[in-house]
Amino acid sequence: MEIIKELPEVFEEFADARKNSFLAVKELKEKNVPVIGSYCTYFPQEIPMAMGAASVSLCSTSDETIADAEKDLPKNLCPLIKSSYGFAKTDKCPFFYFSDVVVGETTCDGKKKMYEYMGEFKDVFIMELPNTQREAALKLWKEEIICFKEYLESKFGVEITENQLRQACKTNNQVRSSLKGLYELMKNDPCPITGYDLFKVLYGSSFKFDRSLIPAEVDALVEKIKKEYAEGKMLEKKPRILITGCPIGGATEKVIRAVEENGGVVVTYENCSGAKSIDKNIDVEAEDIYEAIARRYLDIGCSVMTPDTNRFELLGRLIDEYKVDGVLEMTLQACHTYNVETLAIKKYVTEQKDIPYLAVETDYSQTDVGQLNTRIAAFIEML
Amino acid sequence: MNYIGIDIGSTCAKVVVLDEQKNVCLEMVQPTGWSSVDTAEEIKKKLLAEGIDPDASPCVATGYGRVSVPYANKMITEITCHAMGALKINHSQDALVIDIGGQDTKIIRIEEGMVKDFIMNDKCSAGTGRFLEVMANSMGMRPDELCTLAETGGGVTISSMCTVFAESEVISLIGRGEPKENIAFAVVDSIVSKVASQASRLHEKGEAVCLTGGLCDCEYVCKALEKKLQSQVITSPQARYAGALGAALAAAKIKL
Repeated sequence: MEIIKELPEVFEEFADARKNSFLAVKELKEKNVPVIGSYCTYFPQEIPMAMGAASVSLCSTSDETIADAEKDLPKNLCPLIKSSYGFAKTDKCPFFYFSDVVVGETTCDGKKKMYEYMGEFKDVFIMELPNTQREAALKLWKEEIICFKEYLESKFGVEITENQLRQACKTNNQVRSSLKGLYELMKNDPCPITGYDLFKVLYGSSFKFDRSLIPAEVDALVEKIKKEYAEGKMLEKKPRILITGCPIGGATEKVIRAVEENGGVVVTYENCSGAKSIDKNIDVEAEDIYEAIARRYLDIGCSVMTPDTNRFELLGRLIDEYKVDGVLEMTLQACHTYNVETLAIKKYVTEQKDIPYLAVETDYSQTDVGQLNTRIAAFIEML
Repeated sequence: MNYIGIDIGSTCAKVVVLDEQKNVCLEMVQPTGWSSVDTAEEIKKKLLAEGIDPDASPCVATGYGRVSVPYANKMITEITCHAMGALKINHSQDALVIDIGGQDTKIIRIEEGMVKDFIMNDKCSAGTGRFLEVMANSMGMRPDELCTLAETGGGVTISSMCTVFAESEVISLIGRGEPKENIAFAVVDSIVSKVASQASRLHEKGEAVCLTGGLCDCEYVCKALEKKLQSQVITSPQARYAGALGAALAAAKIKL
C-alpha cells in the first residue's frame, strides 16, 4: 500500500476517527449490523466480533452532560460515570443511541450502581467482573463470557461458533500487535513523534468498526515513522514521562498537553488508553478458547482488582523499557480505587524504581488547566 | 550586571534584584491588583527608576502571573523558585519548605539542593492567605492585626474548611458577641491545622520546616504552626521574598 499522506495529516485523521464514525455507525445500522456498546477495557471485544457485530466504546469524555447526570447521580461521583450516564440519558451520544445493547461490568461501585439506572431506559447487559485474579475468579469470569455469548446468540438469533471466535481472536491479536508496534517506537530516545500524536492514533483506532482494517493502516504508519526517523526526523531530547492512572480522552487530554507544552514528552501510557488494553494477546491455540479469552481480560491490571499486582508488573516493565524519567499519574475526582492506589504506586515508583512521581487529580472541566500546568511544569523542572 | 527575579503571586508581587556577587541589592513588594500585565509594567518602571534596566538584565518570572512579564527571559514555576530561595535563606541543601501563598499552599521536599517532591492544595482556599484575608475582612481588621490578636484568644473553633461557610461561621460568632480575639484565634487555628495536615504527607516527625510566603511575618502563625507540627519552624523577614529570590538566582544562570 502506498502512503502519500504526510504524518501530521495521518494523526489528524485518527483524531477525527471518533467524529467520522458517527456516520459510520448509522450506516452499519442501516445494513442491520448489530452494534454493541461497552465502557471498559475488561469488555471481551472478540465475542461480538465473532458474530460480525460492531463494538464501540461509550466512555464519555466531556463535561457537556454532567449537569444533566447530576439530576439523578450524586455530585461527588467520578466525572467519567456522570458524563457517560448524562450522554446516555440525554440521548446526545450517537454511539449510545445506535447501540442495540450496552455491556457494563461490575468494575467500580459507581459504575455498577449507575448501570442499574441506565437499565431503566436501555438494554444493559451486566457482566460480573471479579475483584480478584485468582483461579476461582477466572472460572467465574469465563462463565460470564459464555453467558454473554449466549445472550447475544438469543438476542440476535445467531450462533457464534468456536471457529468464528478463534478467528476474531486472531484478528484482534493482530490489531493489538500492530498498535504495540506503533507505541514501541517511543522506546527510541529521542522520540520519533509526540506522545499526543501517539495518543490520537491509539484512541482513534478504537473507533474503527472494521477492526480487520486496523493492522495494515497502523503498520504502514509505523513504516513511515521508521523511515523518517532513519532520515533524521525526530524530536529533540526531552524528559521522558510515563502516564498512568485513570483513562484519558477528550477533556482530560489537557494532561498530555500540559506535559508536552512544558518541555516533556509522553513516551508511554500505562492506562486504558495505552498499554493496559494492548499489552497482552489471547492464546488462540488454547484448547479452551473461552478460558483463554477470560484469562487475557481478567489479567488486566486495574485498581478495581485486589491485590492489583499486574498493574505494578506492567508499570515496572514500561519504566525500564522506555527509559522513563518521571511517572505522572492522572486520577479523576472521586475515583476511589485509583485515588487510594496512588500511595502504593508512588512508593513503588520512588522506592523500587527510584524516579520521581507526581499525582494530579482532575475532572472534565478546563478550569484547572493553570494549576495543572504549574504542577506538571514544576515536576518536569525537577527531572 | 544585575539579576532580576519577579514573583507575581495572586495577592502580592515580589521583586528581588541581585548584584554581580549574588547579594540582594533590592527587594520590593506591591499588591498584584487586577492585572498582572499592569503589575509587570509598574515593576519595570520602578526598576528603571532604581537604575536597573530589565530589558538589559537577565530576568526570570515566576508565580501565577509569570506568563504576564514580557521582559522576562525565562519562566520557572514557583515550586522550583521557592525551593531555591529557601535554600539560599537557610544556607542549606536539604529542607522541607512550607509556603503559605495567597491562593495556594505548597509543601516542598528538597534533598541535595534539588526538589524531590511537592504537594499543592487543590481548588480550595482553606489553609491559604486568601482564607485569612476573607476572615479579616469580615472582622474589619487587617490580616496582620488578626494574627497578632489571635495570640490572646482561645476556646473557639471554626469547623468549616470551605472559606464561604467558614465566613458565615465567623459572622455568626460576631453576632453571638464572641470576643474578637477568640474568633481570631479560631481563624489562625483553622489555617494552621489545614496546612499541618497537608504537610503531614511529606513532613517527618520532629523535622524542622522552613516557612515562606506572606504569613512568615506573623510571629503567632509560626508559633501556632510549631505547636501543630511539634517541630521547629524557621523563618525570616526575607522568607516572603523566597520565590523572587529563587527566580533571581535562576536569572544569574542565564547568559544574555
